[in-house]
Amino acid sequence: MIEAQGITKRFGDHTALEAVSLTVPEGKVFGLLGPNGAGKTTLIRIITRITGPDEGRILMNGRPMTDADVAHMGYLPEERGLYKKMKVGEQALYLARLKGLSKAEATKRLKERFERWDMGSWWNKKVEELSKGMAQKVQFITTILHEPKLLILDEPFSGFDPINAELVRTEILALRDQGVTVMLSTHSMPSVEELCDSIGLIDHARLMLHGNVREIRRRYAQNIFQVDYTGNRVALANALSFTGELVSSKEEGEHGTARIRLSKGSTVNDVLRQLLPAVEVRGVQEEIPRMHDIFIRVVSETEPASVTAGMTE
Amino acid sequence: MNKINLIIWREFITRVRKPSFLIMTILGPVLIAGGILLTMYLASQEATIQHVLVIDQEGVIGTRLNDTDNVKFLLEGQNWTDSAFKASPYTVRVNLLPNVLNVPQADLYYKKLPSEFAMNTIRNELEKAIEQAKLRDANIDKEAYDRVRKPLDLKKFDIEEVNTQSFAQERALIGFFFGYFMFIFIFMYGVQVMRGVMEEKQNRIVEVLIGSVKPFQLMMGKIVGIALVGFIQFILWIIITTTMLGAGTAVLAANKFDAKQLAEQGMTTEVQAKLEKAQGGHAADFDQEQVLGPLRQLNIPLILGVFLFYFICGYLLYSSLLAAIGSAVDSETDTQQFMFPVTIPMVAAIIIAQMAVYNPDSPAVFWSSIIPFTSPIVMMVRVAMGSAPAWQLMLSMALLIGTFLLTTWVAGRIYRTGILMYGKKASWKEMGKWLFYKG
Repeated sequence: MIEAQGITKRFGDHTALEAVSLTVPEGKVFGLLGPNGAGKTTLIRIITRITGPDEGRILMNGRPMTDADVAHMGYLPEERGLYKKMKVGEQALYLARLKGLSKAEATKRLKERFERWDMGSWWNKKVEELSKGMAQKVQFITTILHEPKLLILDEPFSGFDPINAELVRTEILALRDQGVTVMLSTHSMPSVEELCDSIGLIDHARLMLHGNVREIRRRYAQNIFQVDYTGNRVALANALSFTGELVSSKEEGEHGTARIRLSKGSTVNDVLRQLLPAVEVRGVQEEIPRMHDIFIRVVSETEPASVTAGMTE
Repeated sequence: MNKINLIIWREFITRVRKPSFLIMTILGPVLIAGGILLTMYLASQEATIQHVLVIDQEGVIGTRLNDTDNVKFLLEGQNWTDSAFKASPYTVRVNLLPNVLNVPQADLYYKKLPSEFAMNTIRNELEKAIEQAKLRDANIDKEAYDRVRKPLDLKKFDIEEVNTQSFAQERALIGFFFGYFMFIFIFMYGVQVMRGVMEEKQNRIVEVLIGSVKPFQLMMGKIVGIALVGFIQFILWIIITTTMLGAGTAVLAANKFDAKQLAEQGMTTEVQAKLEKAQGGHAADFDQEQVLGPLRQLNIPLILGVFLFYFICGYLLYSSLLAAIGSAVDSETDTQQFMFPVTIPMVAAIIIAQMAVYNPDSPAVFWSSIIPFTSPIVMMVRVAMGSAPAWQLMLSMALLIGTFLLTTWVAGRIYRTGILMYGKKASWKEMGKWLFYKG
């Protein structure tokens, strides 16, 4: 488990992080979200000890983190870099051996991985001969090869085609199932929903949102339910009376879907009780906001210029 | 394998495998040996024999003129017209002017400009003949004259070693050669260190590496790895150049070519002048003594030991500073302002070392052989000359070790911070702050 406590980092007049405290639970995937320039990479660089915080500290399993902990990390920086003139296999071996693997062990793992990921023919190519996505794949492998307990991935999906992105996604989940703690930053909100157990959202150097993804989505739920029905829309609207408010609806002939916001104090059962005599209810589902919407809401909320109306929390 | 060894190995192997390394390794000797062989070849081509027609209307020259392999003389009492000369097989006509005994003057007409070497042979031969004529006129015995004319052989001795002749200056030149080699090496490979550091910083691979190795290991690994590349390259250069020279001269020699004459031609004009001055029976002895004397006097183990010490320390000193510069900047263009102060002492050292050859006791030479940034090159000259007392050598070495430890520490601190710092314009003040960052 990693805990950041009151991390503040300034570059001259610019504050990159302001009193950020968050927890990355052990054996889970943690997503670090935020718009460009929010301070995500700075936080990652502090956790990987590339740079130090001006204030605050990072705890690892309850004790202050040391340089020795970095050896058990796998870190994929946002700006990918490999030695361009070096051969792929040789370079992967070099990096793995620097991480402490023996030559034989590193060769075995690499060969096996290259075979599995269909990269066998790349071994003797120079990195500069690879496409950007291919080089990234190589770098991802070098990041995880020494089986780190903690994996820190800065934008792991950028630059990948959907097939390779899926490959990486599957690998991340497999690693998590093996007990690896993963911290990743991404702009891909669908991946967050799919991958992350918890998130932290940073904007303008501050932590805006932090916690379990399901809880956060539930917290941002606006008490809207989708009701599939057969019958008359007007009858449905009239039947709602004080239990709820019809936000929008779609009809296709006899069938329709209505989005209904519950009134204060009423439950979905109250609404249904009202509706049942009026229309035939075919299905009911709570509308849980997608991370995409939550992200936009939180971020635009912090923009001083734009005031978003209708926020209830 | 230890991590730092792994880094050294990578720095070494990737550079040695580059096509540019192979090209440089072959091209260097080709240029050096090729240049030397070409001059030798051209010189040997000069075997076009000069047939010299000497017009001596006053009958001054009584003796025969001695022909050499390349210059054949014919003495003529009557004038030849220009057209007669042009039609003749003679290549050069020399007209001794009237009253040549008192006003030593002669005009040389050529069809094709003879080489300086042939020209010298002609001049010497005529001078000797005229000299003899003068002696005859003045009734001076030739042997007596030779005895009178002998130049003073001024031999230098160090009062501490009266039994051996001193060749301090010649030895100083050898020392200068070593110093110059250091200068070239430190520059070529120091800049490679800087480039390598910048590459790692620019492609951000350092962010990954820093997780597994210490910045200092990374820096030293690079410095040592590149030094090994340099050693290998220089050794290959020496081997290839000498082999090529050996093979080349053998081929040229087979092509009917006079090795001794070529050796003479290859000599500097300075040595040639000395040789001429010492003309007579001593020429051969003098030549040998001139070349072997300084070599015999060099304390070769001392020179090599001192050379290795200054070379390694000097390289470490400068390359660590260059590594620090590479780590502090974001792009090649930013290096200029920092390169300048690093380059100045090196260039100054070379200039002062040149001075030291002729004026070893000047204060500038003394101080610059003590001060660490210039001492490797300048002290090399002084040691070769034998003009540096042991205590000065010790002091200079101790200061160099101290400074080298200090600069690698400083460079390590700057490197550690700079290599991971982006977008922040490095300035002297900024780099000063980096020295005292915790961590």
